[in-house]
Amino acid sequence: MGISKEYAVQMRGIKKVFGAYQALDDVQLDVKKGTIHAILGENGAGKSTLMNILYGLYQPDCGEIYLNGEKVNIKNPNIAISHGVGMVHQHFMLVDNFTVTQNIILGKEVSNKFGVLNMSKAKNEIKSIVKKYGLDVDPDAKIEDISVGMQQRVEILKALYRGVDLLILDEPTAVLTPLEIKELICIMGNLIKDGKTIIIITHKLKEIKESAEECTIIRKGKYIDTVKVTDVEQSDLANMMVGHKVNLIVEKSPAEPGEIVFDIDNITVEDDRKLSVIKDLSLKIRRGEILGIAGIDGNGQKELVEAITCLRKVSSGTIKINGNEIQNTNPRNVIDNGISTIHEDRQKCGLVLDFTVAENSVLEKYRKQPYSNKGIINNKKIDEFIKQKIQDYKIRPEHCENILVRELSGGNQQKVIIAREVANHPDLLIAVQPTRGLDVGAIEYIHKTLVELRDKGKAILLISLELDEIMNLSDTISVIYSGQIVGTFKQGTVDENHIGFLMAGGKQDAVNN
Amino acid sequence: MQLIIKILRKPITSTIIAILCGFFVASIILSLAGYNSIQTINVMFNGVFSRPKSIANVIIKSTPIILTGLSVAFAFKTGLFNIGAEGQYIMGTIFAVIMGIQFDFVPYIQVPLVIFSGMIAGALYGGIVGLLKSKFGIHEVITSIMLNWIALYMSNFIANTSVFHKPNTTGTYVINESSFTQVLYKWKTSRAGIAYLKNNSFLSDILLRTDLNYGIIIAIVLAIFISFFLLKTTKGFELRAVGLNNHASEFAGIDVKKNILHSMLIAGALSGLAGALTITGMSPHNISTISVFEGNGLNGLSVALIANSSPIGCIFAGLLFSGLIYGGQSVQSEVGVPSEIINIMIGTIVFFVALTRLIPQLANVFEKKVGKKNAN
Repeated sequence: MGISKEYAVQMRGIKKVFGAYQALDDVQLDVKKGTIHAILGENGAGKSTLMNILYGLYQPDCGEIYLNGEKVNIKNPNIAISHGVGMVHQHFMLVDNFTVTQNIILGKEVSNKFGVLNMSKAKNEIKSIVKKYGLDVDPDAKIEDISVGMQQRVEILKALYRGVDLLILDEPTAVLTPLEIKELICIMGNLIKDGKTIIIITHKLKEIKESAEECTIIRKGKYIDTVKVTDVEQSDLANMMVGHKVNLIVEKSPAEPGEIVFDIDNITVEDDRKLSVIKDLSLKIRRGEILGIAGIDGNGQKELVEAITCLRKVSSGTIKINGNEIQNTNPRNVIDNGISTIHEDRQKCGLVLDFTVAENSVLEKYRKQPYSNKGIINNKKIDEFIKQKIQDYKIRPEHCENILVRELSGGNQQKVIIAREVANHPDLLIAVQPTRGLDVGAIEYIHKTLVELRDKGKAILLISLELDEIMNLSDTISVIYSGQIVGTFKQGTVDENHIGFLMAGGKQDAVNN
Repeated sequence: MQLIIKILRKPITSTIIAILCGFFVASIILSLAGYNSIQTINVMFNGVFSRPKSIANVIIKSTPIILTGLSVAFAFKTGLFNIGAEGQYIMGTIFAVIMGIQFDFVPYIQVPLVIFSGMIAGALYGGIVGLLKSKFGIHEVITSIMLNWIALYMSNFIANTSVFHKPNTTGTYVINESSFTQVLYKWKTSRAGIAYLKNNSFLSDILLRTDLNYGIIIAIVLAIFISFFLLKTTKGFELRAVGLNNHASEFAGIDVKKNILHSMLIAGALSGLAGALTITGMSPHNISTISVFEGNGLNGLSVALIANSSPIGCIFAGLLFSGLIYGGQSVQSEVGVPSEIINIMIGTIVFFVALTRLIPQLANVFEKKVGKKNAN
């Protein structure tokens, strides 16, 4: 393909080496003007690196970049911005206690000749952009008070305010609720209509199908292909991304539930502001059953998990595992009673990033035989244990027992947690967003592990914001809304639309009528 | 080249480079001030190594700062910044003095009694900080700084209380001799000892002219123990886990609040011990009215920094620190260079140690160059 003005971006022969690691090897990219172009790849495939090169955060070791048919040398982000390239990072770069307007104009303030800010002029300018693209956001709200979805809009506004023509979005949907994702896709459509070009980095196939026109696939730093999205199926994309056939649908036999092992009876839980966020919630899980809780973020899922794991007090009601009441004790007691948890934020709550893989693997049972004896740690036994787990769970790189867990990829970090929690032989495993931010290969593996555990007769409580995950994996689906279970269904007896309706606060009766 | 990269990655390399940089900057300043920098540094080294006595003095002076350094390093490994080592040290001296004056048992009861009193006083003083942090979330740096001043004035108060105050001096009475921990104290002051030492210049130099005491052995043993404790025991595992990520620790069932308290109790005990050993092992064996901090606790911060918070490293960092200070005194007396130059040198070393992150990065740069060469 020749270099042409029709393309907003063309990259040729991009190579980038980090230490001994070849992050990008001869990668090319052609993005047509006025389209949404997806870059698809597993975690660590090099897609963010490629975009960081385009945005001037990294320098390529070799290769050329053309913007609108002209060769450019993007030494730093300021040059990128001056060429009309903007980027919204996965982790937002906002000042929490500034208002939306203050954040947007930061670095490009409007002021008079005495250096006094002209906020009203800035605000008007922002309002006109907001109106033009349907980016509804309150310009006077403080960042710390608005939702993650709104914060993302502020980031997009920041880029538009600087007059960018090409917008790079790094994993834009990773943190969004299903509704917010729909809105984002709508906003992207508005931007395209106005002649802007968008590149989205993602590993979510569904969203590519819904929004993008073309898709470039990168695998292990190598360029694989660029395809028209309408020409391929989701499974084709997945196969190209992973490099071998993947199964997008969870394979599992019908559940054979046994007796009730876990029983929540009418609990009420208050949040930090003393408001009841969980009201009279009851829940029963049987042996050999996966119970999935569907719901929009912020409807009490976080507090429910904290209440079960005794990180938060229950004001009334009981929580029983195997008939023993555990509410309002302490986290260690919960673990000792056979409840293990895969927490949502693996880096903050699941792992000590600066501990080795081996140390992390015994974070809960370092006090138990044979990992320690009379207070002295037995490193040999711990090493034996983790080496076995590294083999069983295919944690990569191999022989990683003594490297810091920080250096592992997200998927492998999650495997360390799952290996640790499953090794506790829990009666109940709580999995909160277990596949968040992971690539297709890792997701498949984690889903398979959960089903295997179920088949071994464990009870599993799955809490996820991804409706697809709940629908595919759960034997029983409960919907949480505003701290209450508003509906419970056997898998297959309910469709996604109905669950979505209940998640948004619709009443069960309204549907039936 | 691979070897260089490997060496640069080692933490000790960074520290050594930092120390060399310190000497380098100090010699530039000396030259600018019109002194012969090579001669000055030479005098400094001679001041430390020329006589057994000076080496002994360096060791003696290093004991308290090794221990306070250990206290800071320990707290740091468990996620706390123990700037309160100074206050805990002072509390250690106060209670060692009180017990040393009030009681007079046989040495093998008296010495442990005095030392443990100081240690417990330091531990409790650190414990206040830990308690305030774990119960109310008050940052340890703020409480520690305040408590440092309280300790300073408490020390002055004790020094001037009629029970302990020695008339016509600025300090307290000297503690009873049964509490002394100098090496062979009884023997070297006895007639036989004096007679023997007359004929042995080496021993008389280090025994009679210095306060050589058993403290250094305790400091070294404790440094090794703390290192073992942190790395090989379940309690150490817990403390480190809490220090590195208190959320994950809490979620894994570790009692975070209790561990913060324990960490400060242990850190405080180490600083308190430093204070008690200074009282029992070094003249004047008492406390005096002071207007500024002596700095044994605050120097512990520098020692821990130079040691990169390694407990074993604290031994060497403490010796280095003490050597610089002692050598600095001879620089002042022999070359006439103000001893402040030593403070500049120490400051520079600490500054460069703080910059040590740059050195492993240098390794990355080298590696990249090698990688490129190989790639082409």
